[in-house]
Amino acid sequence: MADMTRRRFLMVTGASLAGSSLALLGFSPTAALAEVREFKLARTTEVRNTCPYCAVACGIIMYGLGDDAKNAKSSIIHIEGDPDHPVNRGTLCPKGAGLIDFIHSPSRLQRPEYRAPGSDKWQPISWDEALGRIAKLMKEDRDANFEAKTADGTTVNRWLTIAMLAASAASNEVGYLTHKVMRSFGTLAFDNQARV
Amino acid sequence: MALQSLDIIRRSATTLPSPEIREPTGGQDVAKLIDTTKCIGCKACQVACMEWNDLRDEIGTNVGQYQNPHDLSDSSWTLMRFAEVENPKGDLEWLIRKDGCMHCADPGCLKACPSPGAIVQYSNGIVDFHEENCIGCGYCVTGCPFDIPRISKKDHKAYKCTLCSDRVAVGLEPACIKSCPTGALVFGTKDDMKQHAAERIEDLKSRGFENAGLYDPAGVGGTHVMYVLHHADQAPLYSGLPQDPHISPNVRLWKGVSKPAALAVMAFTALAGFFHYIRVGPDETDASDEAAAQEMARKQEKAP
Amino acid sequence: MTNHWVDIKNADVILAMGGNAAEAHPCGFKWVTEAKAHNKARLIVVDPRFTRTASVADIYAPIRTGTDIVFLGGVISYLLANDKIQHEYVKNYTDFSFIVREDFGFQNGLYSGYDADTRSYQRSTWDYEMGPDGFVKTDPSLNHPRCVYQLMKQHYARYTPEMVARVCGTPQDKFLQICDMLASTATPTRAMTIMYALGWTQHSVGSQMIRQGAMVQLLLGNIGVAGGGMNALRGHSNIQGLTDLGLMSDLLPGYLNLPGEKMKDYKAYMAAHDFKPLRPNQLSYWQNYDKFFISLMKAWWGDAATADNNWAYDYLPKLDRLYDMLQFVELMNQGKMTGFICQGFNPLGAAPNKAKLNTSLAQLKFLVIMDPLATETSEFWRNFGEHNDVDPAKIQTEVFRLPTNCFAEENGSLTNSSRWLQWHWKGAEPPGEARSDLQIMGEIFTRMRAMYRTDGGAYPDPIVNLSWPYARPNSPTAEELAREYSGKALKDLADPKDPTKVTRKAGEQLAGFAELRNDGSTASGCWIFCGAWGPTGNLMARRDNSDPTGIGQTLNWAFSWPANRRVLYNRASCDPTGKPFNPDRTLVAWNGKAWGGADIPDFKVDEDPTHGMGPFIMNAEGVGRFFARTFMADGPFPEHYEPFETPLSSNPLSPNQPGTLNNPAARVFDDDRKAFGKPDQFPHAATTYRLTEHFHFWTKHVRLNAIIQPQQFVEIGAALGKELGIASGDRVKVSSNRGYIDAVAVVTKRLRALQVDGKTLHHVGIPIHWGFKGLAKPGFLANTLTPFVGDANSQTPEFKSFLVKVEKL
Repeated sequence: MADMTRRRFLMVTGASLAGSSLALLGFSPTAALAEVREFKLARTTEVRNTCPYCAVACGIIMYGLGDDAKNAKSSIIHIEGDPDHPVNRGTLCPKGAGLIDFIHSPSRLQRPEYRAPGSDKWQPISWDEALGRIAKLMKEDRDANFEAKTADGTTVNRWLTIAMLAASAASNEVGYLTHKVMRSFGTLAFDNQARV
Repeated sequence: MALQSLDIIRRSATTLPSPEIREPTGGQDVAKLIDTTKCIGCKACQVACMEWNDLRDEIGTNVGQYQNPHDLSDSSWTLMRFAEVENPKGDLEWLIRKDGCMHCADPGCLKACPSPGAIVQYSNGIVDFHEENCIGCGYCVTGCPFDIPRISKKDHKAYKCTLCSDRVAVGLEPACIKSCPTGALVFGTKDDMKQHAAERIEDLKSRGFENAGLYDPAGVGGTHVMYVLHHADQAPLYSGLPQDPHISPNVRLWKGVSKPAALAVMAFTALAGFFHYIRVGPDETDASDEAAAQEMARKQEKAP
Repeated sequence: MTNHWVDIKNADVILAMGGNAAEAHPCGFKWVTEAKAHNKARLIVVDPRFTRTASVADIYAPIRTGTDIVFLGGVISYLLANDKIQHEYVKNYTDFSFIVREDFGFQNGLYSGYDADTRSYQRSTWDYEMGPDGFVKTDPSLNHPRCVYQLMKQHYARYTPEMVARVCGTPQDKFLQICDMLASTATPTRAMTIMYALGWTQHSVGSQMIRQGAMVQLLLGNIGVAGGGMNALRGHSNIQGLTDLGLMSDLLPGYLNLPGEKMKDYKAYMAAHDFKPLRPNQLSYWQNYDKFFISLMKAWWGDAATADNNWAYDYLPKLDRLYDMLQFVELMNQGKMTGFICQGFNPLGAAPNKAKLNTSLAQLKFLVIMDPLATETSEFWRNFGEHNDVDPAKIQTEVFRLPTNCFAEENGSLTNSSRWLQWHWKGAEPPGEARSDLQIMGEIFTRMRAMYRTDGGAYPDPIVNLSWPYARPNSPTAEELAREYSGKALKDLADPKDPTKVTRKAGEQLAGFAELRNDGSTASGCWIFCGAWGPTGNLMARRDNSDPTGIGQTLNWAFSWPANRRVLYNRASCDPTGKPFNPDRTLVAWNGKAWGGADIPDFKVDEDPTHGMGPFIMNAEGVGRFFARTFMADGPFPEHYEPFETPLSSNPLSPNQPGTLNNPAARVFDDDRKAFGKPDQFPHAATTYRLTEHFHFWTKHVRLNAIIQPQQFVEIGAALGKELGIASGDRVKVSSNRGYIDAVAVVTKRLRALQVDGKTLHHVGIPIHWGFKGLAKPGFLANTLTPFVGDANSQTPEFKSFLVKVEKL
């Protein structure tokens, strides 16, 4: 009561009058209103996945909008632990329990962007243009700086002026392909989050 | 066990008797057990609660503690409270308690509530708020011995933990229970939870916690949310958990008056608000707020 | 992990040291609470901070950050002095009796062979004495003064409880109580697990801390048994997988070594990897190195890898040194790097010394970011006030920011700490135009290949000949790649015992690495993953969680490398005759004809145990090593050195020797040495860490996590708070010699002032999760403070121990 405002005062009195006539008759509101919230996952589509944070690798179930019919575009609406998973048995930590807000984070990147030398802003760029320019920059540098042999004639075939950090949250398949591609270029400056 | 009107055993400010015909078997008298001795204060339960119930509290500030948000709110129905306590041996204990609705068997909020059907108690023990009937008077706050309900600044209705009545209704455990990484939160029949607690207490005694015990306070008729405490003799160590909670005598008194004459309560509600307005004056509200409120009051008046 | 998450429930004692499992791995930590609840296990926590793990521990002891080697050295000394070791285990399964060369020596903190100019050791003396039979000499009586047991006893005699108290600041009674609890597992029927993480790795002596933990476990007979092991709690969801796949400067998939330029040719490379057994009748499984290597080269270069061209050995780049992250950031800083690709990595926050990162990135010609989120690194050029005070006009780096899908939007596998490869499925499309990393890497590669095919250029061979059998060349699928790294037969494989019998047809997936050949007839992109996608399909996608023995061995859930084995070294859980040490927790046993049980035996399956084959089949010795021989850069036994920023002026373990205050074999770049601070200016010991509410720099973008831990803070002890007049909620400035942050103070009893070397020392705790992008309140990247130096072996940055000064704002 202590912080009742004018607005609330009006609402309270309005509601009170509404409620009071019901109460006089000894009724409560309609039965429909007395029921609990509908269970929100009744007909969602379940997909099994693995929490992408730490290496406990908890099993998760992602609940998607729609029943996977052709005309329904899925969007993940809820995530909870997979009770069948031997390690987490349905539990999740505060990070895993909040995964839905990672998927839908406003910080998710939507399209390729480019920042020109000296610029203070992003500008849009098409995938084709971005990838073409990256490949061109890489080839120019590799051709300019590739080291085939050392001074004493040992074959070393390395490219030392480009570095890559790979993602420890990427899948094995991404890691494998990344390694295969970067070594084929002759890259040595190559690392991942094993240490951080 | 879909929870619907036939499962409601008590309804706030309502005179008619509750339906009593159902005789449920197994799993009806449910309870949540919070084992503070297994709790690591990770807040998975806080996140799972917000996630399941589609709530998002404010992104606040840090005021020098781990506890975030700082308090329960309309969007934070549960909260980890942290207390650093040095025991007589000189060792530190970090007592972490998940706070939230205790789902009292004898709920002070329900008794205090003047609005018909705004607070109900199901036969399984869950005490649920039905916000569509809530008038925002805040009596439930006064009636609660654990200081749990919060009145929303957005819609001026009271909110608190529902024990995920929507999940329990389809046979699932509440969201917080499911998430808890260490099994500090357990859910089941109240008897099973008491037995589980007894096993935990035996283990704790073997580790030197002589006063380990179950918190299921009799002053509110027992609760459907119980704690295992290392120091059951010192409940207030756990961020002010009351040792022996009771419903305020005031609530008991006027509840007695209100039951046969709900209208009187309504009048009192209105008058109390009116007097408050006269005494404190209006808060700052803009014209659109004002118009919306007027419109709302008008509609509600016509509604029935 | 040698063991796995669920197996922790079998432990009797759990030591959480160098890690904070309850906060960083809550769902794995559940198995600690299970062990406590159902196995009467006792949990010990040793940490500079009273963490949320400590809040549920049976005993907690504080320790000064960076001094764990003194603590563990004290434990080893205690166990040896009090004869609390598992005798049958150490006698048969370790190098206790092996005799070390006469010219090996250790004096005043330095091992034989030190070269102060190069800050490195010439390590040839760190080896065994060999007999005329070509095998290591041993003395089973353990009396020989140079046997490993005697050398180790002598080495750790200096690590007394008094020394532990003086250097670590750990109260002696707590230390001794913990020693006693650890010692209780020296019996064959009790097991202890050690759980550690970056609290051990992120020191300039981190690798040795971990080795020492393993030494304690070997002494107690706790390696290879259920509820035992050395369990690294890995931080990222697939950091185990990326390590296994060798995404580091000096590795190839499956822990094969990328050749160095000193190995002049293929022959020399193979000679260096022959792994001849050092004792009679030892399996020394790495003897199969050539099969693994050649199968990799066939997976990568297909028909272009032939016996005639040494399986395309020249296609591999050759190392002149390590090019780990610290090394290449140093090269960027020197202006020697052109381009940089960051795939799901935020080095502006994740590498030490943010200021150095800023200047280094600004010298690049181009930077490519692939990420689902807007990272700080992607906007290193943008001014965010004091959180990133740069002038964009002066930064000439071109930056490409490419949006990628997240976990929910792809198929694929991740390898967890337990070494389980688990498949996951796509649930939705990525937002906007975001693409998969597979497609981006595919597009970059196919564009490069097209240019090299058309225009030529520097050594195009490894690029144009790279095996690329994918249905859509610019976008390989996870399924295609999983089959490739698992491996297949390239020709019909004949049974070696009966050449008329074909065991595997050309094109079929292989069931395991035992099928790999050294003649080019098999291809496997990562031999330890071989069989993950076998002849029967994708084993990573298996979901049968049955646990028939009840000890947590779910062999039909996903796939565990190697060979679906769940507990490494499990042969060591049995006595020399093949009977389980603890019949209540049997992993494997010898039935008179074969090994078998609840796990895949880590042993030759038909090897009679009485023939003396050791259980550590990957070691040429066949036994566990206390003496690391030449494998560690900084010595065969762990020795204590102070962090590079230390409150002490001399090393109490080697007080009169210049150059041994800090790790003498750690690599330090000149500028970085100049940037180290001294205790007179920066008197407080600082450490950085994660909080349970957040994951690195990701979850500040996640609203739910921003809500439960919204704003940057630092933790200071109540005593320091009192001394500086700081109360909880005050704003404080924390500075190191490299920069400052300001943050809210959380003043707590959980950080105790310690008595170290006769003086009071305060710790300052610095959680890492904030930055200038995201939904949480903006803050400073914590690496603004941290020193640019790494562990002597792994080059892991010393994020856990450095010096700061705290001031009230």
